[in-house]
Amino acid sequence: MQDSSSSLDMLRETFKIVVVGHVDHGKSTLIGRLLYDTDSLPTGKFEELKAICDRRGMALEWSFVLDAFQAERDQAVTIDTTQIWFKTPKRDVVIIDAPGHREFLKNMVSGAASADAALLVVDAEEGVREQTRRHGYLLHLLGVKQVAVVINKMDLVDHSEARYGEIVRDVTAYLHSIGVEPSFIVPISAREGDNIAKKSTSSPWYKGPTLLEALDRFHSVTVPSEQALRLPVQDVYHFDQRRIIAGRVEAGVIRPGDEILFSPSNKTARVKSLDVWDAPPLLEAHAGQSIGLTLEEQLFVERGEVISHVEDPPVLSTVFRARLFWLGHKPLEVGKRYTLKLATKTATVTVVGLETLIDTDTLAHRPGTKLERNMIGEVVLRAREVLAFDEHVELDKMGRFVLLEDYDVVGGGLISMEGYPDQRQSLTVKSTNVYSVEHTITRENRVVRNGHKGGVLWFTGLSGAGKSTLAMEVEKHLFQKGLQVYVLDGDNVRAGLNANLGFSPEERTENIRRVGEVAALFADAGFICITAFISPYQADRDRARSAASRIDSEAFHEIHVSADLNTCERRDPKGLYKKARAGEILDFTGVSAPYEAPASAELVVDTDAKDLASCVEQVVDYIDRTFRVD
Amino acid sequence: MNHLDQLEAQSIYILREAYNRIKPLSMLWSLGKDSNVMIWLARKAFYGRVPFPVILLDTGNELDEVYEFRDRYVKEWDLNYINAECPPYEETDPDLTYNARSAARKTLGLKRVIEEHDFRGIFLGIRRDEQAVRSKERVFSPRGESGEWDYKDQPPEFWEQYKTEFPPGTHVRIHPLLAWTEVDIWRYIQRENIPVVPLYFARNGMRYRSLGEKDITRPIESNASTIEEIIEELQTTRTPERAGRTMDHDSEDAFERLRAAGYM
Ligand SMILES: Nc1nc2c(ncn2[C@@H]2O[C@H](COP(=O)(O)OP(=O)(O)O)[C@@H](O)[C@H]2O)c(=O)[nH]1
Ligand SMILES: [Mg+2]
Repeated sequence: MQDSSSSLDMLRETFKIVVVGHVDHGKSTLIGRLLYDTDSLPTGKFEELKAICDRRGMALEWSFVLDAFQAERDQAVTIDTTQIWFKTPKRDVVIIDAPGHREFLKNMVSGAASADAALLVVDAEEGVREQTRRHGYLLHLLGVKQVAVVINKMDLVDHSEARYGEIVRDVTAYLHSIGVEPSFIVPISAREGDNIAKKSTSSPWYKGPTLLEALDRFHSVTVPSEQALRLPVQDVYHFDQRRIIAGRVEAGVIRPGDEILFSPSNKTARVKSLDVWDAPPLLEAHAGQSIGLTLEEQLFVERGEVISHVEDPPVLSTVFRARLFWLGHKPLEVGKRYTLKLATKTATVTVVGLETLIDTDTLAHRPGTKLERNMIGEVVLRAREVLAFDEHVELDKMGRFVLLEDYDVVGGGLISMEGYPDQRQSLTVKSTNVYSVEHTITRENRVVRNGHKGGVLWFTGLSGAGKSTLAMEVEKHLFQKGLQVYVLDGDNVRAGLNANLGFSPEERTENIRRVGEVAALFADAGFICITAFISPYQADRDRARSAASRIDSEAFHEIHVSADLNTCERRDPKGLYKKARAGEILDFTGVSAPYEAPASAELVVDTDAKDLASCVEQVVDYIDRTFRVD
Repeated sequence: MNHLDQLEAQSIYILREAYNRIKPLSMLWSLGKDSNVMIWLARKAFYGRVPFPVILLDTGNELDEVYEFRDRYVKEWDLNYINAECPPYEETDPDLTYNARSAARKTLGLKRVIEEHDFRGIFLGIRRDEQAVRSKERVFSPRGESGEWDYKDQPPEFWEQYKTEFPPGTHVRIHPLLAWTEVDIWRYIQRENIPVVPLYFARNGMRYRSLGEKDITRPIESNASTIEEIIEELQTTRTPERAGRTMDHDSEDAFERLRAAGYM
């Protein structure tokens, strides 16, 4: 330990390393030793450890330092990742002990994925074994870019230079073939302390660094500020009059005034400010920062969209290839559906192809129909909606995802677009029919394919309250999210279906009756059907409700699009109020005919009090809650 | 970004993930240094608000200064405060030691307040470096119906994709400070000027390094009476942080058992 003054110490970096390797090759022992040699054990820990070993009548076991759990001590295997801190001359090191047992892959994954560098421990006597290769391969998959190989138990092979050379050849041959270049290969004895903190006198032939020196020579991991801007939307806050889009910059830099693009919705906007609590707004934000921003214009955006600069957007696609490691107890199979989480986006994907299984031992690719637990393979996934991401080789944080089955993470994958085009130019992608259905198609079949229930959103409200505007915005939004949606309004209904109807009270009632019936059919066909009619009478709306209820008792949702009459009259988009006041239109709702506000609407959207973006958000939220099934 | 900036950004990310994905939520406020930092981070994440209730598991046995601190900052920080009274000593498992039974009061108190409000997510300010067993924790750590922790079968957690989906009847403990160390906490308190209970600062050669109930927490010998001095002391000390918490030291696996049963 060097200078302990806090200002200097403040500049020390924290460096996370993971220790992997075949079971019993000495990972835990090495860590125990590192702690002892760097003087990092709490007072009394060494004595406590010695006492435990004496009590059990065994030689001193360094690995007990880590294996804090009673259960682990009894079974003498590490069952989970454990984090331990120690100091080198240059760094504060956080060290993660990862287990070697095969079935404990998920724990290794949990530790290793966040590491800046890895130590791959190989037993000098046993040499490279199955898990040595496997862990090497996984480190690469998980994104750990720096690896030092540690050849342990040199005391058991008389510190033989020849044996060291043999293992170096084996291990580098394998690592080369998966594209990993080890930074250092250090011969040590964890038990005896050779070449860990100080150079061993037993291996004078070794000219490289000790393990501690090697740790200090790893490169610091840089945050990718030079890359294209990627800022996945995490949430949208309206705690006060501001509408703050919250998220973490995953790559690049963002500044006020930037012209930004939201993907996949393809909306653009200009950044107004980068707001911070209790401090002046930021002038810029870099990769790694959790921020909040406001826009020049009001825009409805949701969690999961990716912010980029207009000129450098992410890939858009419904289909992509992935290299996947599988942790699920049930195997992955073609045709199965999973929940995908990529940055802040959650979507449903279907496995449309299992291209190859990869044997990490031999690196052979072979065909297969199932990806079993602990296996690695290449798959093709298809989503119902368009997803925004990057290829993993381009931008690692935006090119990796996890899959969930039920409540659990069952796999992790890296994205490649090899053989698939970016769909940004041609967003209208027809999805293929991947479900086999019976001859008689049931409502459940449709729900399964669509990922949502069918139903009717019956908008009612005064002329000028915003029914059509809102309906069209909501439709656009749901469509982009891959939902089946259709709007019925005066224009498309009066043109054909109701061309024979005029505007007498009877004909108006008949108009609404037909709309109610057609909407119910749409609902039965699996659609979310939005209707945008004034529909001033409760009795008419009740009739529409019972039409939809023949299909499903919860299919009908009455939504009051409400605005004050004065507001509507001020807006008067078609000049109708003016005409009604002048007596040119008779029986005009709100002026010369009554409007019966719904007594118990499922939802009230107040377009007086809120801007359009918030209203759209309210309806889309409602639909997400009530119609989604996955 | 320096080390503290990175920790801060990561914790804010975690707080925001939980707030978006899990409802209803709440935060345990032990009034110690860590949970004050956690509240501070929440105010940063949510623009000056703590948009969920904060809970003190009150044994009635906290130190006087702790209660004074609470009364002041509930107002100053405009907190939606829940005082969760812990069941009396007599209701705890009589097979446990005195220390463990005192701790079990909090475990029970926590269980009850979760049931009463049907919370699905609870923020806790624990850190991996505090105690070997806590080092095993996940950031999002799911609990069974009775709050127990299955440390042998924890969900995988990688690429910051946290466990935010779980079956009815269970809840998740969220640990935004898991990656922080004791020194990080003090440096952050210093940088941000975050108030803490004065008991942390030495008087007459003694200070509290970790705050717990009166009867089972002891001050340590120290002359560190400012944050600077505390940071300096931590650079050189090799006494564990929880040395003054007697419940940890009854047996080899005392703390592990407490946690498996649902303790913080
Ligand atoms: N002779 C010798 N034995 C070692 C050395 N390092 C570890 N061991 C022993 O190898 C066994 C497995 O070690 P452990 O650290 O538990 O391996 P892990 O499974 O990789 O964590 C234990 O009995 C250790 O004492 C070493 O350098 N020399
Ligand atoms: Mg081990």
